[in-house]
Amino acid sequence: MSYHVGQPIRIAARDHEGHHRTPAYLKGKTGRIERVHFSFTNPETRAYGEDGLPEQQLYLVSIPQRELWATYPGSASDRLYADVFEHWLQPE
Amino acid sequence: MSTHDHDHSHEPLTNGDEPAAAARVRALAELLVEKGTVEREDIRRRIDWLVSRSPADGARLVARAWIDDEFKQRLLADARAAALELGLEPGPSPVVVALENTESVHHMVVCTLCSCYPKALLGPPPDWYKSLPYRSRAVSDPRGVLREFGLALAEDVEVRVVDSTADVRYLIIPRRPAGTDALTEDDLAALVTRDSMIGVAEPLTQPKLPAQEPPG
Amino acid sequence: MSKDGPSPAVHDRGGWPTDAPIDRTEHALADWEMLADALVGVLGGSGVMNVHELRRGIESMPPNEYEAASYYERWLFSMETILEEKGVLEPGELDARVAG
Repeated sequence: MSYHVGQPIRIAARDHEGHHRTPAYLKGKTGRIERVHFSFTNPETRAYGEDGLPEQQLYLVSIPQRELWATYPGSASDRLYADVFEHWLQPE
Repeated sequence: MSTHDHDHSHEPLTNGDEPAAAARVRALAELLVEKGTVEREDIRRRIDWLVSRSPADGARLVARAWIDDEFKQRLLADARAAALELGLEPGPSPVVVALENTESVHHMVVCTLCSCYPKALLGPPPDWYKSLPYRSRAVSDPRGVLREFGLALAEDVEVRVVDSTADVRYLIIPRRPAGTDALTEDDLAALVTRDSMIGVAEPLTQPKLPAQEPPG
Repeated sequence: MSKDGPSPAVHDRGGWPTDAPIDRTEHALADWEMLADALVGVLGGSGVMNVHELRRGIESMPPNEYEAASYYERWLFSMETILEEKGVLEPGELDARVAG
């Protein structure tokens, strides 16, 4: 599954034992693809001495801040951007 | 790093102001050199590289982008290549991405999980960037953080906080200050502060004066 | 905190509630901090320990130690943990060297 700019996505809500780079505050949230980066070796396995293959596609995603924080003290248009690996994304 | 070079073990030096970690790091370095795991020369070279890093490189990218719109487009498309174009070192991170502030969009960078930062282009990150309060509040209250830094943005400016969660490093292209049309590229670069390239401040509007010598 | 989110690990700080102001005092890196940074860089460049292992090592710190430690103290903890795990350092070897 690969994603394109503008596509609505959801970040997986799963727990993950061990090193991973999807912050808790993003898990389960919905947003959209902003940028398609390159593929990178998987930090989740490289952190344990493995080669991190196969490489995983990385995306810059954005989420409205109001979706993330119950009492977000800013503008309705403010957004949070983060880099998320493909295997943490689902189509929405 | 000690400059003497001998084979026998020696007690690592500490002075009273240093934490216990200081002696421990020195001892670790000596052990690893003795084991052949690292070369002393590689450590020296790496320290030299770290010391050579400063925000001046990032500022050159911004200043060039301000005066040359085609360069700016190349910078936005591929910051790593744009840095190489100016003879700069974009660093070991495979990807550096430049994001542009406009009159309707303001970006701010954080790494909530650790401290990822474009140090090849900006030098080492300031302590506050690595601090727990910044990492917590930058994402959930960016406007509050910006106000603490002295920057108040209008409600209709979209604030975009960028959490550097992977191996991409982000550099912000701040807005060119008004009234700078007559400045040279070097003068413009002098306005671009480290904090403006992180996104917690605007650039200077005029160059800092050199510190005055006290009389006598 | 995020609405309905899972409970984050100690290093996963985004959105943690805090009243702490952001201390903007800056300090130049001490020699030992520069050395720690350089060691990690050299270990990475030679393939002994990569940045993901460094981060994993930091994340393995007991939460109270993580929060009390300075930035490069965390890096030191991680180097010791990972290098011992890989057998580059023997258990207790660094303690013995520091004790002289």
